[in-house]
Amino acid sequence: MRRWFRSRFTGPGSAVVRGDLSVIKVDGLKKTYRLGSIEVAALRGVSLRIGEGEFVAIMGPSGSGKTTFMNILGCLDQPTEGSYWLDGVLVSEMGDAQLARVRNQRIGFVFQTFNLLPRLDAVTNVEVPLIYRGVPKRTRRLLAVSALDTVGLRDRLHHKPAELSGGQQQRVAIARSLVTRPKIVLADEPTGNLDTKSGEEIMAIFQALNDSGITVVLVTHDADIAGHAKRIVRFRDGLIVADETLSVRTIAERDESLDGLIAELRAGASEGVKVEWTR
Amino acid sequence: MDPLEGIYVALLSITSNKMRSGLTMLGVIIGVAAVVIMVAIGEGANLQVSAQIERLGSNLLVVMPGRIREPGVRTMGAFGSMDVLTMAEVEAIRDGCPSVLAVAPEISRNTTVRYGSSSMQTQIVATTPEYLPVRAFTVASGSFFTTEDVLLARKVAVVGQGVVDELLSGADPIGQEIKVGQVRVRVIGVMGAKGQSGMINVDDAVYIPITTAQKRILGTKYVRTIYVQARDAKSMDAADDEITSVLTARLGSTDAFTVRNQADILGAAQDVTRVFTLLLAGIASVSLLVGGIGVMNIMLVSVTERTREIGIRKAVGARTIDILLQFLVESVVLSLLGGAIGIIAGILGSRIAARVAGWPAAVSIGSVLLPFCFSLAVGLFFGIYPASRAGRLNPVEALRYE
Repeated sequence: MRRWFRSRFTGPGSAVVRGDLSVIKVDGLKKTYRLGSIEVAALRGVSLRIGEGEFVAIMGPSGSGKTTFMNILGCLDQPTEGSYWLDGVLVSEMGDAQLARVRNQRIGFVFQTFNLLPRLDAVTNVEVPLIYRGVPKRTRRLLAVSALDTVGLRDRLHHKPAELSGGQQQRVAIARSLVTRPKIVLADEPTGNLDTKSGEEIMAIFQALNDSGITVVLVTHDADIAGHAKRIVRFRDGLIVADETLSVRTIAERDESLDGLIAELRAGASEGVKVEWTR
Repeated sequence: MDPLEGIYVALLSITSNKMRSGLTMLGVIIGVAAVVIMVAIGEGANLQVSAQIERLGSNLLVVMPGRIREPGVRTMGAFGSMDVLTMAEVEAIRDGCPSVLAVAPEISRNTTVRYGSSSMQTQIVATTPEYLPVRAFTVASGSFFTTEDVLLARKVAVVGQGVVDELLSGADPIGQEIKVGQVRVRVIGVMGAKGQSGMINVDDAVYIPITTAQKRILGTKYVRTIYVQARDAKSMDAADDEITSVLTARLGSTDAFTVRNQADILGAAQDVTRVFTLLLAGIASVSLLVGGIGVMNIMLVSVTERTREIGIRKAVGARTIDILLQFLVESVVLSLLGGAIGIIAGILGSRIAARVAGWPAAVSIGSVLLPFCFSLAVGLFFGIYPASRAGRLNPVEALRYE
C-alpha cells in the first residue's frame, strides 16, 4: 500500500535544471486571487534571487503581498504566473504531493502564531515532520530531542504548548523547522506575537542558524527585527520596491549554548545528514 | 505514515474528546447490538422450530388426503376430498413398500372428555400401537393398547400427562373409567411427557385404538393422516416414491393424497424463520445505518474543528493522502470500536432477552462477524467523504482558519 502510494506520488519529479547558485530564484511571479467577480492581484510580477547563506528580511505594509510571497516560497501556495526555482528545481510546476515533499524535506517554516499542535507535547510536535518522512519512531525521538536541545528546551520535552511561554513555543516551532535539517528556513513574522526580550532571543537563534549556513528568509514589518538581517527586500502593492544589503546589522545577544547549536548543525551537515529529494 | 502510527494518532484524537466519541460510538453500538440480538433471536426461533419438527419422530413421512399446493404445515388448506385414506391404504403401504419400517394411521379430533363430574376439552388421537415407535413416544406407566385391542375395538385409552393433571389428578389414573364423547373407556396407561410438537401439545391428548374411534365414536371408516417411518434417513426418498406409487395405484390419482417428508416440513418452516430473521436484521440494520450517519456527521464537525491542525500538518509535509488516511483511520477506529462494544452488548442483550422472554437466542459466529464487517464498512463509507474533504484543504487557507 505504502509502496503504491510512493510510486504513485513520487513520480519522476520535475525536470531538474541547474541554474545559478541561487537557493531561491523567482521570475515574474504573479498571484491573483478571485473574490467573486473581482480579481485581486496580490503579486504583480516579482523577481528575486536569494543565494545560499543569505539572511533576508522582507518588509512592507499589510496588503503589500509579502505574506503571499512567503507562502509561495514555502510551497504552501502556487503562483498564478511566473516560475520559482528552489535549489535549482522548478517547484512552480509541481503537484500537491510533490510540493508536500518539498515542504517536508527542503524548507523549515516558522509562523507568527507558532502553529503547534495543542494536544501534543513539545517533543512530539517536533517529531511531526519526521512522521511524514517515514522516519522510525526511535530515530525520530532522538532527532527531536536534539533539535529541542539546540534551542535550549531540553527540560521542556513533555510540556504541552499551553504550558509554555510564547518565546518557548516559538522555539519549539523553530526546533520543528530544524529537525529535518532544511537548507532554508522561512519565518513569517516570527516575533510578531512576542515581547521584545523573547523576540531578541528568537532573532539570536535565527542568526545562529544563518551562521551555520542555513539560508533564512524572514517577513516582518518591524524595522528593529529587520535590522538583524543581512539584506532587506521591501514590498509595496505586490511589487519589490527596494532591495538593499545592510552594511551594519544588529547582532542579537547570544547565549553560549547557541554556539553549541551552530557547532552541532555544522557537524550534522558534515556527518552527512543530508536532505534527500525522495523519501 | 506508518499504519500503526495512524491508529495511534486516531486513538489520541478519539480519547481527547471522550464524550463526543462516546456518543458517536453509541449509534454504532446500538446498531450492531440490535443486529446481533435480532439475528440471535431469529436463529433461536429457527432452532426451536427445527427441534419441534424433529421431535415428530425420526425418518418420518406424512401421508395426507387431498393435494396440498404449498409446502408447509398440516394446517394449510387441502384441495380435494378429505375422505380418501382408509385402513386398507395403511395395510397397503405396510405390505407394498420395502423401504418402510412402520406405519401408523391417525385421526385426531377435539372432543369433550369426562371423568366423574368434571370434564375437559381435549384431543383424541385414534391410532394403532405402531404410533409409539413412529412418533418416538413413550409410555410412562401402564401400557399402550395392543394390536388385539385394535382388532377387537376395545374401549381402552392411554392418556397424556396433561389430561392426568387436569382431569384425573389425585387418583391413580390407571383403571379409571373416562367418557370420551358418549363412550366409556378404561385408562390403561399414561404417556410420557413430551411437550409441544409441531402444532399440537402431545401431552394434552387421549389415545384410543383407531377402530374404537371409527366404529364407536366418530362413525367413519377413513383415517386423516398416515405416519410412515422409513428404515433410515437414506431410504426416505425411496419410501416416498414407493408410497406414491402404491397409493396412486389404489386411489387412481396423485391428486388424491400428499406425501410430505420431514425434510420438506423442516425446510418450509426454516424458510419462514429465515424470512423472519432477515426482516429483523433488516430493521436492525437501519439503526446501524443511522449510527453511520452519526459517524459522518461527527467526522465532518471534526474536520472543520481541526482545519488549523490540518494546515499545520500540511505545512510540515503531510500529503493529501496522509491527511485523508488520518481521518479515515479515525472514523474506522471509531466505528470498529463501536462495533466491538456493540457485539459484546448484543451477546449480553440476547442472553438477557433469552432469559426474560424464555425465547431461545443463538449467537452464531456469522451473526457476530457480519455486523462487525458492516460497522467497518460503515466507518469506511461514511468516513471517506469527510476524510477527502480534510485531505483537499488548501494549506494556506487552513492555516488562516480561526
